[in-house]
Parts: sequence; C-alpha cells; structure tokens
Amino acid sequence: MKAHVIHIINTDGMSEHVSMSHGSGGTMTGKLIRDIFVKRFGMPEPLTDSAILNESGFMLAFTTDSYVVDPIIFPGGNIGKLAVCGTVNDLAVSGAIPKYVSASFIIEEGFPVEDLIMIADSMSDEARKAEVKIVAGDTKVVEKGKCDKIFITTTGIGIMRSELEHISSAKKVKPGDMLIINGPIGNHSIAVLGARKMLGFNSPVESDCASLNHLIRKVMDECSEIHFMRDLTRGGLATVVNELAQIISSGIVINESSVPVEEPVKGLCEIFGFDPLYLANEGKVLFVAGDEEYKKVLELMRSTPLGKYSEVIGEVVENNRNVVVLNTSIGGQRLLDMPSGMQLPRIC
Amino acid sequence: MKHVDEYRNKALIEKLAALIKRAASRSYIFMEVCGGHTAAIHRFGIPSLLPDNVRLLSGPGCPVCVTNNSFIDKAIAYSKMEDVIITTFGDLIRIPGSSSSLEKEKARGADIRIVFSGLEALEIAKSGSDKKVIFLGIGFETTAPGTAVTIKEAADVGIENFYVLSAHKVMPPAMETIIKEGIALDGFICPGHVAAITGSSAFSFIADKYRLGCVITGFEPVDILQAIYMLINQVNNDSPSAEIQYSRAVTRQGNVIAQRLIYEVFILSDEQWRGLGVIPASGLTLRKEYGRYDAESSIPLPPSVNVYEEHALCICGEILRGLKIPPDCRLFAGTCVPQNPVGACMVSNEGACNTYYKYRRNE
Repeated sequence: MKAHVIHIINTDGMSEHVSMSHGSGGTMTGKLIRDIFVKRFGMPEPLTDSAILNESGFMLAFTTDSYVVDPIIFPGGNIGKLAVCGTVNDLAVSGAIPKYVSASFIIEEGFPVEDLIMIADSMSDEARKAEVKIVAGDTKVVEKGKCDKIFITTTGIGIMRSELEHISSAKKVKPGDMLIINGPIGNHSIAVLGARKMLGFNSPVESDCASLNHLIRKVMDECSEIHFMRDLTRGGLATVVNELAQIISSGIVINESSVPVEEPVKGLCEIFGFDPLYLANEGKVLFVAGDEEYKKVLELMRSTPLGKYSEVIGEVVENNRNVVVLNTSIGGQRLLDMPSGMQLPRIC
Repeated sequence: MKHVDEYRNKALIEKLAALIKRAASRSYIFMEVCGGHTAAIHRFGIPSLLPDNVRLLSGPGCPVCVTNNSFIDKAIAYSKMEDVIITTFGDLIRIPGSSSSLEKEKARGADIRIVFSGLEALEIAKSGSDKKVIFLGIGFETTAPGTAVTIKEAADVGIENFYVLSAHKVMPPAMETIIKEGIALDGFICPGHVAAITGSSAFSFIADKYRLGCVITGFEPVDILQAIYMLINQVNNDSPSAEIQYSRAVTRQGNVIAQRLIYEVFILSDEQWRGLGVIPASGLTLRKEYGRYDAESSIPLPPSVNVYEEHALCICGEILRGLKIPPDCRLFAGTCVPQNPVGACMVSNEGACNTYYKYRRNE
C-alpha cells in the first residue's frame, strides 16, 4: 500500500538529534556550527583555524581543539602528541608564532596511569620540539563508561604578525596563485584505521602527525607572497580547497595526478573505497602562493624535513567562481565537492 | 599501483577516446546497471571524454537506491524493539524511509551497528548477547552469496538469535523491465561483479530476444571506455551479443559454487523495487528450511509498518528507470542534497543523484 504525501521539510534543515555525520568535518559540521554556535556567539565569518585578537596594540591568535581519537595510540603518534600538534598547527597556519598551550583531560575511571604518563611524556616532547610551553590545564575523571578512555582538549595562544592577518581570510588570493602541499596525503586516516584493526591486516602506514610551525615559519620569513594557509585535517584536502573556493571570488583547479599519495595508502583506498582527497592528515599544510614566488616557496618547503615531498597540486583560476574542478588522473574533468556525509569517525 | 595503473593509463585512454569518436557515426545511449560503474564513470570524469553523441544513462544498479521505503520502514520498526540489534552496511544508514532513517534512529538511541559483512553481524550474535541480531541483507548476486554463507554458518553452529531481513535482488529481470518500458536504449554496460557470479550467459537473452548490445565490463576507466567502444561496434554492425570485456573476472558460466550457495539458501520471489514496482521472480527470499533466520517470519511487525509513503515530488523512480536524469528533478540540489536527502539516489555514493551532485553539479 502506498500513500503519496509531501513531507514537511524543516526550513533550516536541522535534524532533531546530533548524528555522527555532524562530526565529519564536512558540510554538516559546518552547518551545525553556523546554525547553533556562530549564530549565538556572534563570531565573524569566515570561520578560520584561530581567532585573531587585537588588544591594545597586541595581536594574538587564539584557538582550541578537542581530541577523541580511537584508538589512543596509533602508528606514528598518540592522542597526546596529536593534541599538541593539532593546536600548534592551527595557530601556525593562521600566520602566528605558537607560544602557549593549555591542556584539559577527561579521563575514564580505570584508565592505566602508565598510559597517562606515556601520553604526558609525548605531549612534553612535542611541545619542546614545537617550542611551545604547556602552561595551564585541568583534569576531570568520570565514571567507567561515561567517556572512552581519555579525551584531551588543548587551547593555544600565538603571537600574530600583523602583516599576516590576511592569511586565514584569503583576502589576497587571486587567479594565477599556485596551490602547494608539503607531501603525501591520507596517511593519518589509514594509520588510525589500521590501529583499529579495521583493515583486517597489518598496514605499514604511519600517521603524518607533526608540528608544522617550523616549516611554516621558514617559508613565511623568506617569502612575502603567501596568500593563504590551512592544515589539511578532518575532511582532507577536498574540504580545505572547497572552503577556500567559497571565500574567494575565483575558482580552483586541482590536478589529481600531481597530488602525492603513498602507494600503500593508494592501495588501501582502492580496497575500501576511500578517496585520499577526503582523508584526514595531521601534518599537512596547503600554501597558496603568488605566481611570481611559488617556485621559491616550493624549494624552501622541500629543504625542510617535513616538506621534502612537497608538490604543486593546482591553481586559482578566473572562471568557475566558488567551485573546485578536478582534472582527473586519466585526463577527464569533474567537480571536486565537499564531503557531505559521515567520513571516518574519531580520527582526531 | 600494479593491476590498477595499467587500467588508468592516460595514453591508452586518449587512444580509446579517439577510437570511440571515430566509430560513433550516429547517436547512442547506453545504460549502466551497476552502481560501481556509475560511481567510476563520474569519479574519473568519463563523460567529459566522450563525444556529445555518446550518452550514458544510469539504471537501477545501486543496491540501496532500489531498496524500497517499506524495507527501511521495517528495519526502523525492528530497531525500535528493545531486544533487537540492527546490523547493516554503512550506505543504508542514511536512506530516508517514510518518516525517518536508521541514522536518525541511531542518534535517538537505537542499537544500530555498521558492519562490513554478514559474518561480522553473526559474530555479534555469537558474542553472547541475549538480543536478537538482525542483519539487513541487501544487494544483488554479488552480496547474496555472502549472506547465504552467513545463514548456513548460523545453522551449522546453531545460533538462535540471528536473523536476516532480506531485500536481496537479482539483476537480469530489472533490465528486462526497463527494456519493456520502451526507453530508447542502444545497449547495456553490464555489471562486472554481478556477472562474475552469474556468468555472461545470464545477459544473453537481452541480445537474443531484444537485439540490444551488452558488454560486461570492469570498473577502471580503460575497462569502461573499451566497453563503450565494443557497444558502438555491436550497434554499428547490428551484431548484439553478451560480450565479455572484463575477462579477468568473468566467464560465460560464472561462479557456479556461489550460484549454488545462493539457491541453496534462497528462492526467487516477486520483489518490490523502488521506481520499478513489483518485478516477478527478481527477489531472493529465504527457503523454508532456513525460515527461522528470516526476520519477517520470525519476529512479527505491527501491520501498520506495511503502509509506506514516498515523497510526492521525488523522481528517484523515473531516474532509476532511465526516464529522467537528476537535474530534471525539482528537488535536485535545492531541497534534496546529500546532507539532507529526500530520495535514496541522493544518499548512496553509487546513486545517480549523488554522483551527479558531487561531480557534475556545475554543468
């Protein structure tokens, strides 16, 4: 028996309950943030990795991030290292020099102290490498089953160079600018999946989890035509280039065959039907550089340990306003869209 | 990547595109009836490599898209029972039923778990839970053997709390229904994975009885372009036959062991398809011997679940029949988007609306 009805569609499209798709970092996360938080907190658009604060002549970058990665230890890192790198990177891509970090822990009853020590040690190591100080924190313990092992929130403050204020809002991006990333994408997602035993076999892939502030500083110190930076975390490269396309008045073209992806990641993506362009990274940054300077940027990036495999992957173009077009590896063309549904949950 | 790169070789692809252009002396419409093909065609940008007179049309090949609202409604009704765990492939979770989706029910607290196979669902049942574990069995000849193995395993080990809600289907009758609708088609890009099980012979009737081209092909760009070239030649030479392009996986007789497994556990039955209505002998229902594993006959649902609703403006059905394309729909890209889908074709990665939205919305 079939009845035809017109469903009443909620005009703001909000669902009644938060679902895992709202945490994917894609369109639905953006909508949740805008419809609920931005509206009520009165945050300015575009939403960027850090807030830029101008207080009595001092310019600061301010950011915060929570880490719920499952499992808490994975090849190439753990939740503690990730919590420091992630916040350092959010500050650095805003054009700031990361300085101070706070760390809050929500710990499940029964969590091994030995693991907590290991996590704290790697946070301390990573902070030393990134030259930031962990200066404040909080600890809460909840009953067994009320959180999954450990969740960490880090907040960071960085000193902003006023001449770089334009970076996160992409104000200077223009047609002819080139897009460069600092190496192969997708490793973090695949490493976490491997550690979850979801691949059914041992994978050789390690997370790229790393603090990018030294690489970024080297480039920023020597180049003056960096027009945009963003780290390629949740939602991957595809999300970042789409977010960029939406805040500029031109289009973007990405050349699929120029985007570096390691062989094991490629193979596993084929098997599981993932697209590496959507996979999360924790040590990758996208630079948009002026066409006169991009070769120098590429060279500088390649001279650093975290940028050895840097590649130019695309450019900003006049046409296709607000749209990202992908030249596919076989010579075809198509849209490269934002991810819309659930990607891989609890990847960071 | 060995065994993949060969089939994505740009030089070879350019050559095939040139051959197609040269051979295409009139206009041609070919339908692909496998969601994997729909996804690959758009992901690689294949339409941009074809001349304007060679058009591809998506048919009823995406398993979750052809799954009717009533199936989703039943799964949701089961998920609301206290003592039930629903296990499902991930792509089914966001398909809207008459008034809700499994994803929404999961957010409301229903015990719904994503699995990669029936055997994984069976493991949940085995793991000592008192709850009834229902596996949502969907898909064509490709996934049905996996469900069959799971049910046999459950019977062998004597698992009492495992059930299957089956919407498994077989592909050839749906193709015949499409042909009978009288759509102007010149041939089919036949499903490679289905044919790996059924063999190419399952598609011969299309060439013999209806004089339409058929090429069974793989999922890489070289495979698909070669199949299109072969189809054009079949049309030009007026020599339709069920040809195999995908010879690295498909034979004439197919995987006989898998076929035997399917029909040991299932029996052909009339089946409701989204958009195509009831197609005789196109569904797979559990045989009587395995009836205790059939969720519908073992765990009764209230009769109200059999009344299902479809959105009056959604044209998924016509799209699945090849009568319309996604931009023809008034809801496309406005009301109906992947993050807030109205119809099933907008949800699945293999759905025509979803792939069109993702890869060709700018056209």
